[in-house]
Amino acid sequence: MSPLRFLRFLLARLAKMIVVVFAIICVNFLLIHAAPGDPASVIAGQSGAADAKFVEQLRHEFGLDKPLSTQLWIYVSSVAEGDLGISHRQQRTVLSLIMERLPATLLLTCVAFAFALMVGIALGAAAAQRVGTWADSVITVMALAFYATPIFWVGLMLVLVFSVWLGWLPSFGMNTVGADLHGWAAMADTAQYLVLPALTLGLFYLAVYARLTRSAMLDVAGEDYIKTARAKGVPEGRILRRHILRNALLPVVTLAGIQAGQLIGGSVLVETVFAWPGIGRLAFDALLARDYQVLLGVFLTTSILVLVFNLLTDLLYLVIDPRMQAQ
Amino acid sequence: MTYPTRRTLMTTAALAGLASQFVIPSPVRAQTAVPKRGGTLTSLLTPEPPVLIPGVNNQGPTLIVVSKIYQSLLEFSEKLEPKPLLAKSWELSDDRKTYTFHLQDNVKFHDGTPMTADDVIFSIMKFHFELAPRARGVFSKIKSATAPDPHTVVLTLDAPFDPFLLMFDVTTVAIMPKHIYDGTDYRNNPANQKPIGTGAFQFSEWQRGNFIALKRFDQYWKPGQPYLDGITYRIVPDSQSRALALQTGQVMMSAANDIEPFDVPRFQTQPNLTVETAGWEYFSPLMWIELNHRVKPLDDARVRQAMSMALDRDFILKRLWFNVGKLATGPVASTTKYYDPSLKPLPHDIKKAIALLDEAGVKPDANGVRFKIRHLTLPYGEIWARLAEYFRASMKQIGIEVTLESTDTGGWARRLSDWDYDTSVNFLYQYGDPTLGVERTYVSTNIQKVVFTNTGGYVNPEVDKLFTDGRNGADPADRQKAFFAVQKLLVEQIPQIWLLEMAFPTIHDTKVKNVITLGTGIHAPFDDVTIS
Repeated sequence: MSPLRFLRFLLARLAKMIVVVFAIICVNFLLIHAAPGDPASVIAGQSGAADAKFVEQLRHEFGLDKPLSTQLWIYVSSVAEGDLGISHRQQRTVLSLIMERLPATLLLTCVAFAFALMVGIALGAAAAQRVGTWADSVITVMALAFYATPIFWVGLMLVLVFSVWLGWLPSFGMNTVGADLHGWAAMADTAQYLVLPALTLGLFYLAVYARLTRSAMLDVAGEDYIKTARAKGVPEGRILRRHILRNALLPVVTLAGIQAGQLIGGSVLVETVFAWPGIGRLAFDALLARDYQVLLGVFLTTSILVLVFNLLTDLLYLVIDPRMQAQ
Repeated sequence: MTYPTRRTLMTTAALAGLASQFVIPSPVRAQTAVPKRGGTLTSLLTPEPPVLIPGVNNQGPTLIVVSKIYQSLLEFSEKLEPKPLLAKSWELSDDRKTYTFHLQDNVKFHDGTPMTADDVIFSIMKFHFELAPRARGVFSKIKSATAPDPHTVVLTLDAPFDPFLLMFDVTTVAIMPKHIYDGTDYRNNPANQKPIGTGAFQFSEWQRGNFIALKRFDQYWKPGQPYLDGITYRIVPDSQSRALALQTGQVMMSAANDIEPFDVPRFQTQPNLTVETAGWEYFSPLMWIELNHRVKPLDDARVRQAMSMALDRDFILKRLWFNVGKLATGPVASTTKYYDPSLKPLPHDIKKAIALLDEAGVKPDANGVRFKIRHLTLPYGEIWARLAEYFRASMKQIGIEVTLESTDTGGWARRLSDWDYDTSVNFLYQYGDPTLGVERTYVSTNIQKVVFTNTGGYVNPEVDKLFTDGRNGADPADRQKAFFAVQKLLVEQIPQIWLLEMAFPTIHDTKVKNVITLGTGIHAPFDDVTIS
């Protein structure tokens, strides 16, 4: 593809993304406001005592006394200026709240994703190569088990084994509080806390990729061009890497692209079980408190991330499959 | 009238550093004659507070942390007797209208500024008055607030108000730094991100979703205290993960709602942990089935009596709350002042309940159903869902068909304040006195479209009059007469179906000493807590 065509492709995609984001903002805004209750009544409910003046004060301060269309207009125009508003409940800007929590979620999901993808593909390839042997059976059964087990149960079992019985790994949190660590020591500390949540989140996807890789590779292995390669005398390892795996990866990449977005959403449960201070929990707490601005901000951030992942997937196709470049 | 000399004695003793034996003659105190310094207490905290500024947010978890950073003039024993804190002594005038507080001499805020009478008056007359409805309700009675000198505060009321002193706990009126807040928008003051109080611990770090760390305040006004280096509150959203953290020793303490009642029995048998349920006397939360009197036939006292009799409170206490709490006998908790001790446990009698419904003319149809109601489940966790199931099953026994409706906290508060419910479950703090915490649910003058008012819409002029007499009575004996009468009347009328006097377990490592020493329990300053 010529650089000019590539640029045009990119710009067209970005324009589409902006339209999608705008639609997401509007739909989210209306959905959130359709839920019964508002932040003022939540705060009144939680403070244990309230009077009408108190609730009115809060509603006015939060701008909830304006008509819904005005509120939507105010929100959309401030987002367009890069201002996600402030959380009245926490007295902080939404952007700072999100930025504080986003790294934790990205760390967790990226590690879980990379782990699932690499180990999944490796296991799938290993199984496909040894199809019909005991090794294939072990991998297939394991993958099926992880695929079928609910994610929270896996989490609880991992905690039971590694935290309660063996006492090797901490069961919650992200770092040792008050240890005052820096550099490598701090990273090693966080890595220790990361193991269980990343495993919990990653195992399901690992199973998916292993199964998909195995079946795709078995499909490709029967193709005529593989026979040709073999007849030419191409070494078996090379056939596996260049001819089979590379072609088998296309469906895996497609699925991974979709799931990268899902992972961020799916981390809410894992973040809750392991007290991981990520963005999923920020959203959940904001939902319960009807902290509209925070909730909208998180939705916006995650939807942008999903769109970016989709774009990256499409770009990755160009690298893996040269046929795509021609189109 | 001057307060008894015993109090002056206590104060002198406290200054001489001999306080422990005089103030609380408990064996735990006596052991810690030479307290051990050092150590960081780790505790759970659920849910995470939005901000750590009293008044701006007065939720339960907020107050637990705030009570370490801030202080009020007084603190309260488990019998609700006032004890000196930032006020070393106080007097009440003979006409019972003027309170004079003498403040401790060398109290500093965490930024080094001395705390004076100006800060106290600002906190009472402006900060909490403007922010907190409960404070506003009482402090609007203050006719004048003056500071004759920097360590004396004189408050004059327009009429005697017997429960006045009960307001001066940190959970109601924390003393705020005037130099930071005066003339600002309290809710949006940038200083809210870094709380500054006079407490034994100062704010250190808050990683949202992870932990709140407090550290020892070296210039704390009690010499040599606090004994701990700091307190760390861990935020763990999942109740099973919290139980695990406590069980495996990853945290040393849990309080309030951290541990579900059904998990308490297993901690009672764990030898390195202590389970205490004391320390809620000041709040005395009382739980009831909230009835909407606008829904027929719930406006009929006989129907309400029947519903009450169909419930086995003993079962609720033993099987749902695992004995954490007590059976309620009426609208006033037994740990609140002016509780009538002659009240009997509320009866459980299905036959009589059915007879009462027949008498009220609520007849069963062909399917045995007398009437149908919607029950809005309290969305505070698993235990409340179980209670709702039990309520439905009990009502079915007497021919009342209950449909359960679920919602989240925001939806619940909204529906209650819109009076859009038939029955629900509610519990409220009583703050030591019926005037402060009980009256609001039953008097017709407090029927408002706001949650925690008389949302049930109960109207009874006699009840209104008795609560007014109790409120305005200058003499405790007169107040007692009014409150005993209103308790008898309410138990007959049963405007709300009281279930339990609640308590919450405080579970901590046995090495942690002096945790529960006050009627406010976990909300104590913690300046005398040690880890041995």
